[in-house]
Amino acid sequence: MEEMIQAFFNADIARAAMPIVLAGLLNTLLMSLLVVPLGLMGGLALALGAHSRHPLVRWPLMAWVDFFRAFPPLVLLVLLFAGLPFAGLELGGFACVAIAFFLNTGAYYGEILRAGIESIPHGQVEAARSTGLSRLQTTTYIVLPQAVRNVLPDLLSNTLEVVKLTSLGSVVAVPELLYQARQAQSVTYNATPIVMAAVIYFLILWPLVRLLSRLENRALAGRG
Amino acid sequence: MIVSAKDIHKHFGALHVLKGVDLDVAERELVFVIGPSGSGKSTLLRCLNRLERPTSGSVRVDGIDMLAPSTDINHARQRIGMVFQSFNLYPHMTALGNVTLALRKVAGKSRAEADVLGQAALERVGLADRASHRPAELSGGQQQRVAIARAIALEPRVMLFDEPTSALDPELVGSVLAVMRSLRESGMTMIVVSHEMGFARAAADRVVFMDDGLIVEQGPPAAIFEHPTHERTRAFIGQIQRH
Ligand SMILES: Nc1ncnc2c1ncn2[C@@H]1O[C@H](COP(=O)(O)OP(=O)(O)O)[C@@H](O)[C@H]1O
Ligand SMILES: [Mg+2]
Repeated sequence: MEEMIQAFFNADIARAAMPIVLAGLLNTLLMSLLVVPLGLMGGLALALGAHSRHPLVRWPLMAWVDFFRAFPPLVLLVLLFAGLPFAGLELGGFACVAIAFFLNTGAYYGEILRAGIESIPHGQVEAARSTGLSRLQTTTYIVLPQAVRNVLPDLLSNTLEVVKLTSLGSVVAVPELLYQARQAQSVTYNATPIVMAAVIYFLILWPLVRLLSRLENRALAGRG
Repeated sequence: MIVSAKDIHKHFGALHVLKGVDLDVAERELVFVIGPSGSGKSTLLRCLNRLERPTSGSVRVDGIDMLAPSTDINHARQRIGMVFQSFNLYPHMTALGNVTLALRKVAGKSRAEADVLGQAALERVGLADRASHRPAELSGGQQQRVAIARAIALEPRVMLFDEPTSALDPELVGSVLAVMRSLRESGMTMIVVSHEMGFARAAADRVVFMDDGLIVEQGPPAAIFEHPTHERTRAFIGQIQRH
């Protein structure tokens, strides 16, 4: 038991590793703040494009979404990081994470937003257009506010996944939370920093999980 | 003529829905359109404000060629109000929000101006005290009156009604018809697709009977209802009067 505590919950090591782990947390937060809006913007573009009247726009976008939803994000990330240099393009780990997440989570956000947009009765769009609102104004003022609200739990749930997935950055040496914790572990020969990372992940994700289940309950109540 | 539609054809794929419809509507006229379900009444109305694009033919509203590529359709649509069977209010906005959205975003009014105009429009449909209610908090009849206010707030030159009372419980129909009647008395040009024959007799200048994508016959309400010349008209009127 004593050994257990020494290996996993060592207070001295925790104190020493704290600055390293917190630097990782900062990077994880920064990465999330970059990657979530990026994915949302990509997803919005995909969702709106999927509603284009032109099959030549619609079709490739739907294929795009399918492709990147089927592509494991870790494989995508490694491919970008290890593969692009062969094409003479050397991007840092951080840039690779940004691109990979844009492609992967954009596709997921896109599918969610598309479902939201489709949940809005077309009659409202026609009514808006009949008063002279343009297509873009109708989307902005009528469709999107309701669409986003209708799929808010799904958007939040996807965001939760995205924040968890930022730990993939450790594979390409982005100094995010998990990477930093492993660094600290390898110099201290002790698992305490990893436990710290786990606790921190839990502390930042748990409020989102609570919020999500409240939203889901509200959605259920609203439907019932 | 406020509305002048000539030789309108509309195909949906292989389906030939309008087969050469001519419709001229004079200023202040109320034209009442009847006909069996599927005869093309809604499609005709929707061709007038280009919610559907006719396959061929021409549509002029208030002097504007609605089908010309150079026409700013969003600008032109301000002159044509439309009321739908299913109200189609924006559920995430208040009644006033529904009425003022196009005033602000299309007509370019400030929020304060739009609120004044929107409140006046709600007043005209008898719902001044419901301005801050959401559609879900209103009865069907009230929702449809908000939809009418949303259209008239833009001061259109003509109003299109597509079965405005068909989705309402019978006891709520009267309040909507009363608003339409007062609109008519204010001199609004109106094209109304409906089964409310009582309203037609009292308020329509002309009744148009459509069947199978064509106008079969038209004339004053009394003539069409009492002495239809065509067998199809007679059969249709007999049928709805039995209901
Ligand atoms: N968007 C559409 N696509 C295909 N068919 C349509 C469409 N809109 C209407 N139709 C068809 O056109 C015909 C006329 O419809 P409509 O104008 O709604 O008739 P009405 O309003 O007189 O009942 C119907 O057969 C209907 O199914
Ligand atoms: Mg119809």
